[in-house]
This record gives sequence, structure tokens and C-alpha cells, in this order.
Amino acid sequence: MSMSSRRIRAIVRKELREYRRTPSIVVTMAIIPLIFLVQPLVVVLGLTASSAGPLAHEHVLLYLLGIPALVPVLIAAYAVAGERQQGTLEPLLTTPIRREELLLGKALASLLPSAAVAYAVYAVFIACVELFADPAVASALLQWPQILAQVLFTPLIATWSIWAGMGISAKFTDVRVSQQLGLLAGLPTVALTSLIAFDVIHPTPGRALALVAALLLLDGLGWRIVSAVFDRERLITGTR
Amino acid sequence: MDDQDHGRGGPALSVHGLSKRFGNRVAFEDVSFEVGRGEVFGFLGPNGAGKTTTVRTLGTLITPTSGSAEIAGIPLVPQNAERIRRRISIMPESPGLYLRLSVAENLECFADLYRTPDPRERIARALRTVDLADRADDVCASLSKGLRQRVALARALLSDPQILFLDEPTAGLDPVATRAVHELIDRLRRRGVTIFLTTHRLEEAERLCDRVAILNTTLRTIGRPGELRDQLFAKSLTVTTLAPLPDPDHIFADLPAVDGWHPDGSCGYILAVSDPAVAAPAATRALVGAGADVLSISSLHHSLQDVYLELVGTDTPADEQAGRR
Ligand SMILES: Nc1ncnc2c1ncn2[C@@H]1O[C@H](COP(=O)(O)OP(=O)(O)OP(=O)(O)O)[C@@H](O)[C@H]1O
Ligand SMILES: [Mg+2]
Repeated sequence: MSMSSRRIRAIVRKELREYRRTPSIVVTMAIIPLIFLVQPLVVVLGLTASSAGPLAHEHVLLYLLGIPALVPVLIAAYAVAGERQQGTLEPLLTTPIRREELLLGKALASLLPSAAVAYAVYAVFIACVELFADPAVASALLQWPQILAQVLFTPLIATWSIWAGMGISAKFTDVRVSQQLGLLAGLPTVALTSLIAFDVIHPTPGRALALVAALLLLDGLGWRIVSAVFDRERLITGTR
Repeated sequence: MDDQDHGRGGPALSVHGLSKRFGNRVAFEDVSFEVGRGEVFGFLGPNGAGKTTTVRTLGTLITPTSGSAEIAGIPLVPQNAERIRRRISIMPESPGLYLRLSVAENLECFADLYRTPDPRERIARALRTVDLADRADDVCASLSKGLRQRVALARALLSDPQILFLDEPTAGLDPVATRAVHELIDRLRRRGVTIFLTTHRLEEAERLCDRVAILNTTLRTIGRPGELRDQLFAKSLTVTTLAPLPDPDHIFADLPAVDGWHPDGSCGYILAVSDPAVAAPAATRALVGAGADVLSISSLHHSLQDVYLELVGTDTPADEQAGRR
């Protein structure tokens, strides 16, 4: 049986409406990106032309990939546990929706705003650097390969974080517990992107491609694993 | 697939020896019954009897521990779950609405999940049916308990289900809203929808249901409300006279359709009868012939409540019972 795009769209639309009206989610989407944005911006704007040289070996821009690693994991951690806590999961699961459809809808609904926020932050960062930083610093910082990597890796990293958060969400009843565990699950990705950003792991085109392949694999696997973990009976009765 | 033909003519629900256990707690055990198409079937039982668990099991949300069932002619096995869910809808015990969404947004989501044709028209119709057309744009969080219940009912109607499971649909509703739900159930019955209704309200079951089952972990009885009364309670006439009868034995002994009698207070007599229509006129003639001043002769009316209390009232609570097994 094929998947119904109408059902997936119904879930996405419903989730986005809920997110917009849930203060804790709006705050999550605003605070984390700000934290990631402000610190590098303050540092970069304070730099003089003389520090442009060593800067060329760092990839500060990639540090911002922490945003797609952390924002969606927190939203996704809410996805199943939140429905359960509100008591809306039972009516939802009595409809003909398949779990793959439900999970894909929820994943897309977490991905869209997270990616939008991440791209918006990159744009603000780049604009600020272009406008206010020393021109030498700006040209050392903003390199096309990095910007390309940024654009490409954002949805891949976000999707991986979403499956991690959703898997945790399907296992733990409590929204807070599942968000905290979700944060933990997002940290390794942040660590990896930071190591690359500060050139501890030197980014090469080969490594980038390997990472793309690994993330694609993880993203596909994540959907399968979360679908397998998703057990109607356990979610409704809290047993099994 | 053969969506249309499936189970045409067969019963809407047929359940054989179904049991569900959570660990070593028995929720319900060895339950068997059939529900015909278009029938309104009442499922009664005390708290913890297993009613909700039965609804969830038949609704494919949880898998039975043992036994089998067919829902709308489709065998209840995990690989058929989606097909079954397309033909039924469940109004659960608690409404479970998205409180941050409006009434219309809630219904829109579910209309899409059921892939109903012409969702706008369906939503408008469902809202009219539960008399909520003017609240479509209200945020659900702002609705009262009873109104939320009605939204949940509207949601259950969106998909035009063959079988509608209603888990205590009138719990917490005011008398007017309750009557509205009763009228709705009557209308749905006329449209040929099969309704599986769990309830604590015995007068509700008596008024609405073609047949009822009484569950207390195991199925205690099943039948038409009238039949259950007759099965459980010997029919009787109560006779009240102005003064005590001098020789009641002599008057009541040889009456047709009267099997025996016993006194009830100083001027009251209860006759066990096989057919009140024969016994009552005969008793009247005999009493008048004996010169007694008769105040009243009436057949004792047992309600479904009497049946229920007789069957369930003497049970140990379902919870203890389940725990002991
Ligand atoms: N998830 C669960 N885990 C363990 N036991 C459960 C679970 N759900 C129900 N039970 C037990 O199964 C039994 C039947 O519960 P159920 O909710 O079906 O009763 P009910 O007839 O609907 O009661 P009520 O009238 O209070 O709604 C109870 O003893 C209950 O404690
Ligand atoms: Mg119940």
C-alpha cells in the first residue's frame, strides 16, 4: 500500500499550527539560534584585519550548524510525548493513518521551521559580517565552499536530529524527560560540527562527501528505526 | 481491494472468546458476542469491568491476548488494522482534542486523515449534527467539557463509519445535551450505522439499545433489555387491599397462571405468575367475589437497573477479582 500525501500534509499542517501557538516551542526556536549567533558575531566583529590570516584556517560559519543539530531535536522530542501527554494520541491512532505517514508528517513539520530558522540565522550572520566586520576578516570568513556546506548539511543534520528526538519521544512519556534526552542526543553532532569549525578535524571535499553519505544513511535508517519503535499499544496503554 | 463486498450481510461485529491481559491483570476474559448490522448494542459494566479495553481491542489499538473477532467482516489481525480502521470510528472516553486548534481545524485534520471526499461539506454537516455550527472558529481550549465532548462526537461522524464505537458518550453532559446525543444515536440507527455504546446510564441503555451485554471482566449476560428482565425476575403481581384478607390462601390457591403467593405488609400480597394478562383479571374476579375491597392490582415492573444490580451488585469489584487471578 502506498503512502497518502494527504494524510502527511494533514499532520504537517496541524503540527505547524500547534507549534505557532505553543510558547515553549516558539521560545526554543528563538533562543537556541540566538545563542549560536551572538557569540561568534561578537568575536568576529571585534577582530581586526591582522587576525584575518589565522582565521582562514577556521570555519566559524560551520559552528552555526549547531542550530540544525539542536533546534529540531527539541521540537521532535515533543512530537509523540506531547500528544500522549495531551491525550490526543488515542483519537489520532484510531484513524487509518499508518505510522510511517504519521512519523514522516511529524518529521517534516519539525524540519520546515528548524531549517527556516537556521537559514535565516546564516543570512543574518553573513549580512552582519559583510556590513560591519573588517573587510579582510569578512573575506577570510565567508568562503563559498563553507556557505555551500552550510546549506547542504543543514537539512541532513536536522533530519538526523529529528529521528533521534522522535525515537526518544516515542519511548518516554514525559515531554521534559524526552526533551532533555533529546538535547543529549544532539550534542555529539554539535561536537562534531564544532571540531570541524575550529579545524581540529580538517574539512576536505572527500570528508564532506563521506559525511553526506553517512548522514543520508542515518536519516533513512532513522525513519525505519523510529517506525519500528513506534508501538500503538505501548503508546496508548503505557505497558509492553 | 474488495472494500465494498466485505462481510455484506454478515454481522457487524463477531467476537469469539476474546481476552486481554495486562501482565497478570485480566482486563476482560473469554468474551463472545455478535452485533448485527444497524444494531445499537449497549455494553454495560461497573468501573474497571473492561469496557474501554474491549473498545480499544476491537478498534485495533491493542492486540488481544487470545480469542478472535471480525470487525465489519474483516478478521481482527494486525495486518488488517488499517482496513478495519477505515470502516469504524471511535469516540474515546476523553475527547482528546487539539486544544490550541479551533474546532474546524481539529475536524479538518481528521477529515484529511480519513481522506473523506468533500471535507468542507462533511465538517459543516457534522457540526450541524452536534449543534455546534456557530462554534466552528472557537479555539477548543475555550470550550466547556460538554462542548468538547460534542466536538469529539462530530469528529467520529466525519468518516461516515459503518461501525461507531461510543465510549460513554454522555458522561458529564447536561440533560438537554444528553437528549441531543440520544436523538443523534436514534438518527444514526435509522441510517443503518451500527453503534457500540458503552455506558453506565442504565436508562440510556434501556431506551436506546436493541440489545445489551453486561460485562464484569467476563460477560455476565446478553439480550434485549426486556428479555433480561424476564429471565432474571419471576413475573409478579402486587395486590393491595383496604383490610387484611381473612383467608388469602383460599382466594389465591386455584387461580389460573398463579404459581404461588406471599404476604407483603399487612394488606399487601405478591403473586408469582406465569402470565400477568391471565392472572390479573382472574385475581380481580376472585377478590371481588370474596368481598374484598381492592385498592390496586399491578404487575411489578423491573428495570434494567434491577437486572444490572442483580448481576453486578453482588460481584466483588472487578479490580479485586482481576487482581486475584
Ligand atoms: N494500560 C493498562 N495497564 C494495566 N492495566 C490496565 C490498563 N488499562 C486498563 N487496565 C485494567 O483493566 C481493567 C479494565 O479497564 P477498563 O479501562 O477497560 O475498564 P472500564 O470498564 O472502561 O472502566 P470505566 O467504567 O471506569 O471506564 C481495569 O482493571 C484496569 O485497571
Ligand atoms: Mg472506560
